[in-house]
Amino acid sequence: MNVIEATGRWVRFRVEEAGRAGRFLEEAALAFGSVRSWLPNATLQMRRLGVDSLPIGLLIAVFTGIVLALLASYSFTGAVPLYFVGTLVEKTITLELAPVLTGLALAGRVGANIAAELGTMRVTEQVDALETLAYDPDSYLVVPRVVAGTIMFPLIVGVAMIVGLGAGWLASIGLLHLSSDEFLKGARMFFSTFDVEYGLVKAGSFGFAVTLIGCYKGLRARGGAEGVGNAATQAVVYSAVMILVLDAFWAMTWLHGRS
Amino acid sequence: MIKWVDVYKAFGEKKVLDGFTLDVHEGEAVVIIGYSGAGKSVAIKHVVGLLEPDRGTVEVDDNDVPTLPRKELYELRAHIGYVFQFAALFDSMTIGDNVAMGLRKRGEMSESDIAHRVAEALELVDLPDVQHQYPAELSGGMRKRVGIARAVALRPKYILYDEPTTGLDPVTSAVIDELMIRMREKLGVTSVVITHDMRSAYRVGSRIAMLYDGRVRQVGTVEEIQHTKDPIVRQFIEGRATLEGDAASLAAPGPAFESGATARGGGAE
Ligand SMILES: Nc1ncnc2c1ncn2[C@@H]1O[C@H](COP(=O)(O)OP(=O)(O)O)[C@@H](O)[C@H]1O
Ligand SMILES: [Mg+2]
Repeated sequence: MNVIEATGRWVRFRVEEAGRAGRFLEEAALAFGSVRSWLPNATLQMRRLGVDSLPIGLLIAVFTGIVLALLASYSFTGAVPLYFVGTLVEKTITLELAPVLTGLALAGRVGANIAAELGTMRVTEQVDALETLAYDPDSYLVVPRVVAGTIMFPLIVGVAMIVGLGAGWLASIGLLHLSSDEFLKGARMFFSTFDVEYGLVKAGSFGFAVTLIGCYKGLRARGGAEGVGNAATQAVVYSAVMILVLDAFWAMTWLHGRS
Repeated sequence: MIKWVDVYKAFGEKKVLDGFTLDVHEGEAVVIIGYSGAGKSVAIKHVVGLLEPDRGTVEVDDNDVPTLPRKELYELRAHIGYVFQFAALFDSMTIGDNVAMGLRKRGEMSESDIAHRVAEALELVDLPDVQHQYPAELSGGMRKRVGIARAVALRPKYILYDEPTTGLDPVTSAVIDELMIRMREKLGVTSVVITHDMRSAYRVGSRIAMLYDGRVRQVGTVEEIQHTKDPIVRQFIEGRATLEGDAASLAAPGPAFESGATARGGGAE
């Protein structure tokens, strides 16, 4: 009896939450229509997001590039020509590691940041104040951040791809005594623009999800500092899970069946 | 005209408004008094659609606020100034930008006219030199006055003041009282004022309503409230610790009401 009751309550809660999230999405989509009301803020948010995220994106890229080069050379041990190091570094960085690792790091950085900022605004009634001054929080707060995330994530990931590849190249020359030509030969051999396209679209979808979840959790924060902390934590957890889900989704729907 | 008709509002199990009915006519200043947590803020949030009633209606100028389409709700909000209990200033913006926010949204005025209006509004609340500071750099009382300036700058038809003088020193309180009176008498602003400060209530109000147990316990002119026979209203306005007890402080009723809230269980219930 109790179990059934508890399950029922849990299901109802989930359904309600889904309904709220749906309405939130719908309103954000509506607000997207009035470009003039969000555009000025979007450029501001893009600058902020870029400045906040670029260092962490570059850091990840450099280390991943080096590690991948070493990993590849270890795995190939003579059986495979060493210039395949270039191939492996190029493929894994552009297709998977640059978008996903950067995305996960930014889920922590950007997602928590947005949830904490909007959460604080919510619990100190700044969001209510915006509404009484006839600003729509969806077009004033949510849409600019989501647009900024969807545009800036791919940009940052694009830079991370180049830097990661560069780090792998330098590591191959410096640590593996591969010649520059060999590395580049490997990298070019199986390169396709699809790799970059795929990685960047994925990054855009991560940016969209991370910022949207951050906004949703932030605006729904309740009850003081603790509520804001919870919102930030939840934003990070949900964003990270969402990134993994989206990663699998793209692999299954877009990557799969191409080869 | 602002009109609450039989409004019910609960948060989960907790009933806050339980048949709240009150009219505010053009040009009036209705003061709402009541214990902390009685639901005064909740009541006025309904006027601008920040909260929706579970039952009952809230009307402003014959618009039914809860059912108003989004666009019209925002239009209505542009005519209502709202002074938040804890100021609710945008802390990422300067004071000047805070006060200018509503004017910029309207988009009817040039930047120089807006600057002029902002300076004027800050002058009215006796804060001429803070335009370029940030909310975090101001004291609580100063922030509160900026909140008032932000509402006043719009020259709205209605202003809702949520405890505009709580926590201010007596002289600043008097300045704010004067401002509220001037807004009404000179500019014809209709206002709703929530306050615990009976001195301010008597000075500012054309009528006073006491919110108690989710509904209006009594509403009347200042005169009528001062001579009320209702023991609960009497206790509140005189700041007594118990229903029958002596007035805690007749001379200075203001601060005594802080203890009124804690005495609630003792006498009123
Ligand atoms: N958004 C909300 N969610 C849940 N409870 C609320 C909310 N707003 C107000 N309350 C509760 O309603 C009651 C009345 O609050 P309020 O109107 O702020 O009182 P006051 O008369 O002091 O202004 C309080 O118990 C408060 O906790
Ligand atoms: Mg209140």
